[in-house]
Amino acid sequence: MASVIVDGREIEIGGHERLNCIEAARRAGQEIPHYCWHPGLSVVASCRMCLIETGQRDPATGKVTMVPKLVPGCQTPVKDGTVIVTESEKVRESRARVEEALLIDHPIDCPICDKAGECLLQDYHFEHGQAERRADLHPFTSRKRDVGPTVTLFVDRCIMCTRCVRFTREVSGTGELMVTSRGAKEEIDVFPGFPLDNKLAGNVVDLCPVGALGDKDFLYQQRVWFLKREANVCSGCAAGCSIFTEHNQDTVYRLKPRENPDVNRWWMCDDGRYGWHHLHDAARILAAGRRGAGTAACAGAFAAVEWADVVASLRADLERSGRLAVAVSPMLTVEDAWLLCSVARSIDERAFLALGHVPAAGDDESFPGGFTIRAEKCPNRNGVEEVLAAFGSGGRGWDDLLAHVAAGHADAAWVTAGYPRPWIDEPTAATFSGLSCLVVQDLFDSPLTALATWRLPAAGFAERAGTWVNVAHHAQSFRQAIRPPAGVWPEGRLYWNMLGRRGLYDPATVRQEMAAASAPFAALADDPPATGVDLRVRQLA
Amino acid sequence: MNPTDPSITWLEEKPLGLAERLYLPLFLQGLTTTARHLVSPKVTVSFPEQRPTVGNPLIYRGVHRLNRDAEGRVKCVACFLCATACPAHCIDIVATESPWPDREKYPEAFQIDELRCIFCGMCEEACPVDAIELTSLLDLTGKSREEMIFDKEKLLSVYDMTKDAEPMKSAALGGTL
Repeated sequence: MASVIVDGREIEIGGHERLNCIEAARRAGQEIPHYCWHPGLSVVASCRMCLIETGQRDPATGKVTMVPKLVPGCQTPVKDGTVIVTESEKVRESRARVEEALLIDHPIDCPICDKAGECLLQDYHFEHGQAERRADLHPFTSRKRDVGPTVTLFVDRCIMCTRCVRFTREVSGTGELMVTSRGAKEEIDVFPGFPLDNKLAGNVVDLCPVGALGDKDFLYQQRVWFLKREANVCSGCAAGCSIFTEHNQDTVYRLKPRENPDVNRWWMCDDGRYGWHHLHDAARILAAGRRGAGTAACAGAFAAVEWADVVASLRADLERSGRLAVAVSPMLTVEDAWLLCSVARSIDERAFLALGHVPAAGDDESFPGGFTIRAEKCPNRNGVEEVLAAFGSGGRGWDDLLAHVAAGHADAAWVTAGYPRPWIDEPTAATFSGLSCLVVQDLFDSPLTALATWRLPAAGFAERAGTWVNVAHHAQSFRQAIRPPAGVWPEGRLYWNMLGRRGLYDPATVRQEMAAASAPFAALADDPPATGVDLRVRQLA
Repeated sequence: MNPTDPSITWLEEKPLGLAERLYLPLFLQGLTTTARHLVSPKVTVSFPEQRPTVGNPLIYRGVHRLNRDAEGRVKCVACFLCATACPAHCIDIVATESPWPDREKYPEAFQIDELRCIFCGMCEEACPVDAIELTSLLDLTGKSREEMIFDKEKLLSVYDMTKDAEPMKSAALGGTL
């Protein structure tokens, strides 16, 4: 153990830990302001905002010797006996001078800057800056530069912390961004013909402590103080990155990565970042419907059915049909999947349960910074497989289900989907054409809904609550961020009601039941932390 | 609270004197006030044939207008500060990139629900470019709710209508031009 003294308060840090002064002070509850330092990037100590006083305590005599000059906290490691002073007159004066220097030619266009409200320059100016401006310069506008298909650079707002440059060099490994010129004329730029066009490009916008880098998808859409955020999990691929869904009045405006050392660290990919637009697509299925005439597929159009009636008549339809086959989509949460399997088994004791279609695209893509985009484009294959195993149907996949239905072993099928992109072609859908009852639960119409007896809407990722288990068996529970559009019940709510359970659908209750009933989910028994739990850890123990 | 609490001081009402009990002196006092107003100059006007005079248009809070800059463009930069300050949530703005090189963004749509507005003047106060102002137009009527939702064009036309009678307040109040 090593002890560090922060502003007179002694804290213990682990002997093997390699912390800098900013991290050590944070442990003591003291925030040292900083721009250029980021825990996920290399240290350059160029912004000088984190300058602090340090010293060393002599272990034998207890006498403290201070370093005469201020040192950058980000670049100064702490060891046993390190003394950190973050709030002396000298430090405060230095911070005010740094703020003044940064603001000399920083445009005062906060009212039209999209970063206003979450800008470190603003926050630190209020906290550490000085009230009046000594320089007789009043820049108001910023030059704008297109640096890539998703990112715009507001050149004059930049404070040259070079976080974005280091990110493209160290994490995405693409190195598109660079610093041109020197001194007061320094600017961020790209080389002509090589735009910032990589799959992690959106992260530079999150990294930017000021409003220099703007996300074209979000630019001018909404002021940040109107947004509310909910901790969610990205549904774009099997990596299951922790995210914040930022929304206002049930409309999602942007997704931001949420720090999670076990999954995505500080980053997320652009596929996930911009992968929410389907939530507000006008083509979504927005009401439960049943084919009008007869039970034969294709006959008639869908007639809207009230949800209260769906609960009763869907069960009756399936019970009348006989042998049931169910595709449990990997887009469902484990709670949804658990309830769906329970419903299926309550309708037909020997219902054939199988994993739904698992969408995939290309290969896993890895980046030098340790970030991987998975080829498997669904968030919960592992979770659904565990649920199926708990119901004695482990190892059955979509192809097994197709074979089962094609062989005529099923009279009715219930296919859950909820995929944001088209996922099934007509020949595959035709497998289901001979059934007496086909239930399809999806976001959009597909060749399969053309054959369906029942067409039920699915919920989008931000409209669900529950738990997803990612490719590394890491389970993350999350709450609903926005309400689904009017007329849409999230899947879990339908299953909950079909089981005849009282009250509102509550994923946490289902989670407790699962943890008690199934060993793989035992880790979910205690309320899991926001960063999630590894399901295998508890199993090994 | 307990009425026997020693910290409470109970006061007795003063007994009526002779003048009060007679009632007449107070009656005359009231009648004098009425009589004085009968002969004093009138402050009411017969609206709408006659228009009331607005004391100081700089601080009067009537119908909104959106000011134009020297080139006739809308002055608003779509910063949403008025919408943020508005306690009645009656301002609805859609921002977009501006077509002019000297301006970053501008309002593609700007709506004020005049029926929801409580005319508190916070929008005017919040505006960093003095684009939204409250005029001294005080009679605001319409035949439908939709008609009372003023869009950008209508708010600009209020400016065109009132700019001669009421120049932009910014100069007089030391704001931006």
